[in-house]
Amino acid sequence: MGNDKNVDVSKVVREKDTKTRNENYNQYVNQITPKNSLPKNMIGAFLVGGIICTIGQFFTNYYMSMGADKEAAKSYNTITLVFLSILLTGIGIYQKIAKFGGAGTLVPITGFANSVAAPAVEYKKEGHVFGIGVNIFTIAGPVILYGIFSSWVLGLIYYILKQLDVM
Amino acid sequence: MEYVKAFLVGGAICALVQILLDCTKLMPGRVMVILVCTGVFLGALGIYEPFAEWAGAGAGVPLTGFGNVLFKGVKDAIDKEGFLGIFKGGFTASAVGISSALIFSYIASWFFNPKMKS
Repeated sequence: MGNDKNVDVSKVVREKDTKTRNENYNQYVNQITPKNSLPKNMIGAFLVGGIICTIGQFFTNYYMSMGADKEAAKSYNTITLVFLSILLTGIGIYQKIAKFGGAGTLVPITGFANSVAAPAVEYKKEGHVFGIGVNIFTIAGPVILYGIFSSWVLGLIYYILKQLDVM
Repeated sequence: MEYVKAFLVGGAICALVQILLDCTKLMPGRVMVILVCTGVFLGALGIYEPFAEWAGAGAGVPLTGFGNVLFKGVKDAIDKEGFLGIFKGGFTASAVGISSALIFSYIASWFFNPKMKS
């Protein structure tokens, strides 16, 4: 970090020539922007995401050993992970894991649950309908809309192909 | 072995998405939409299901797995009920995930208060 020549803010402010000033400013912004190294973030995402999926595998196996069939076990697993994620979001731990895990906390279903729970807690002061009720869908809304829509489009194609005896 | 596969595959998907996050500055909400739609698409192509069969929770827990389940729900509903299934299957298949997230989040909002940003 900072092996380029260091630019002082005063140097940016005092510079008369606009072009040089803009260049200096950009360099200054680059300097003070915290650098996140991609390899480090990827390792964090890999570890956290991997662990969440391993926990999911554990619960799936557990529910199957309790006598649930495979599909039911997966559904129970989803409920369990969603519940744990929302609990951890409520007590403020999920956010801390997310700082280290990045995409590792975003990609699993727990990230979806977190994106539903966080605004629900955040906006409770604004009331049950226009606070929680509206904002609970801030992220869940787009996910549900485009998930449903894309599966509807592809489902329609599947239906047509099936009517034509292609599939 | 099952656990190793779940760990490696799940971790790999998350690491790949991390590249997407870091290199494109996409907002997390957009990334989630992209993941679900990718899952729906790969599910429709018949690629995701065999992959999920092999990788277990490593493919099922990420949101791409959620998308795959969505399409599978639509497909099964079409096979069973015909045209009506196109409109019915998606919500049926995603009901468990969406309902549990909504219900538990609403209950959580009774008990928890926003954390002060440190």
